[in-house]
Amino acid sequence: MTVDDRFTEDFRSKEPQEGLGVRSEVVTGPVSDWTTDFSHFEEEYAERAIEIWDDLRGRCPVAHTDRFGGAWLPTRYEDVQAIAYDTEHFSSRAIIVSNYRPPLDLAPVGGVPPISSDPPFHHDARKLLLPAFTKANVAKQAITTEAYCHSLIDGLAGRDVVDAATEYAMHIPMRVISDMLGFPPEDGPKFAEFVESALEGANGTPEERQESGAQLFDYLLEQIRDHIANPREDLTTYLINAELYGQKLEPQHVAGTMALLLIAGIDTTWSAIGSSLWHLAKNPEDRKRLVEDPSLRPAAVEEFLRAYAPVTMARLVKEDVVIGAAEMKKEDWVLLPFPAANRDPERFEDADKVIIDRQVNRHAAFGLGIHRCVGSHLARMELRVALEVWLDRIPEFSLVEDEPTRWSVGQIRGPRALPMRIG
Amino acid sequence: MKVQIDSKLCQGHGRCYDLAPDLFGEDDEGYATLTALTADGNVPEGREGDTRLAAANCPESAVLVFEEALK
Repeated sequence: MTVDDRFTEDFRSKEPQEGLGVRSEVVTGPVSDWTTDFSHFEEEYAERAIEIWDDLRGRCPVAHTDRFGGAWLPTRYEDVQAIAYDTEHFSSRAIIVSNYRPPLDLAPVGGVPPISSDPPFHHDARKLLLPAFTKANVAKQAITTEAYCHSLIDGLAGRDVVDAATEYAMHIPMRVISDMLGFPPEDGPKFAEFVESALEGANGTPEERQESGAQLFDYLLEQIRDHIANPREDLTTYLINAELYGQKLEPQHVAGTMALLLIAGIDTTWSAIGSSLWHLAKNPEDRKRLVEDPSLRPAAVEEFLRAYAPVTMARLVKEDVVIGAAEMKKEDWVLLPFPAANRDPERFEDADKVIIDRQVNRHAAFGLGIHRCVGSHLARMELRVALEVWLDRIPEFSLVEDEPTRWSVGQIRGPRALPMRIG
Repeated sequence: MKVQIDSKLCQGHGRCYDLAPDLFGEDDEGYATLTALTADGNVPEGREGDTRLAAANCPESAVLVFEEALK
């Protein structure tokens, strides 16, 4: 038996050091004009992204900014769809807009495969993950997820006001994904830090980004070594043993995929659960209907996903291309705001209204094309169970006056503080 | 009515098998399939509405519905 020595040394030391990528200046501060100077990291965007997209869609519709070394923000469904389908002109080499463009030769694998991968490698890397995330396979976790949601609600007993974002929504995907990866459940607070620095912190300096990335990968390496010593039935052991083209995966691939599952598995679903509860707290009619008639809940979940889709992805332009009237140049960033696409009146009837029994709902919350969210069935299961348990246990709830909801900045949109009156 | 899954377009969103689990299924990777009820491409009588609804909710427009029987 040969020893798996891929992880005995820190594999990162073999990688070329920084200097090959391209840095841009960190720009912060209020946006002067959303059509020419947008930034998804400013508080104004966190507060009113939906209005900003609607305004841009009506008069722009592809906004630009010189921040981040140059980036575009399309807002029409048609444009977002065209970019998502066009892997000739757009690369997934980096999918979070920051002030650092990784070197071109990071493609086609990218740092966190398969979301960061381009064809044809993408297809093979994604194939490794698909079986674990089918609807049938994630359904097996519904019972433990439901029990966990009940335990969270039990923990709120006797309280009048709770933070539904940090005392409920956040914990559900953390527990589900740490179970799947085989990470200690008590490491939740670390996951929260990793998620925040990876996403909300993406407008930091390249040095800050490198430092927080190193902390995440130190943690993952520790987990990988523990799994090599003590293999078990989980995704980490699966990835350590997985093969592609007849060989075990590169160590960067194993750790990168684990980073993806951890980060993308938490922030997105946390956001979707929080936004849905926020909507129901603000709209007592919808809340009462869902409490009284559970058969309405599946359609409502889809409508919350449409109207409050948490995820905006990004691409780097591979070859100059024109989208709408926007002349995109090689190496420009392009955001793919699926939530903006989901509110395009050209595509959706009454796009600006949340209609919980909407029957035809061809939304793009989980993306379009080859990068469809690999965890979409898992996210739907978690969102459905989280709402079922909350509505059954806490049928009466409302927002707290004078204690505002705080929405995240960056590419993943959802409540990060959600004070809720439940008593 | 006839129905097909365009496997070049299907990305495994699973809206069809969420909405009509007896008419559509998933393979081992989550891509949509037809089921025993639809395997021959024919939509069972009385299930035209469910089939149209599944098609209308597919984000990739991969569920192809033919209102007239294919000749």
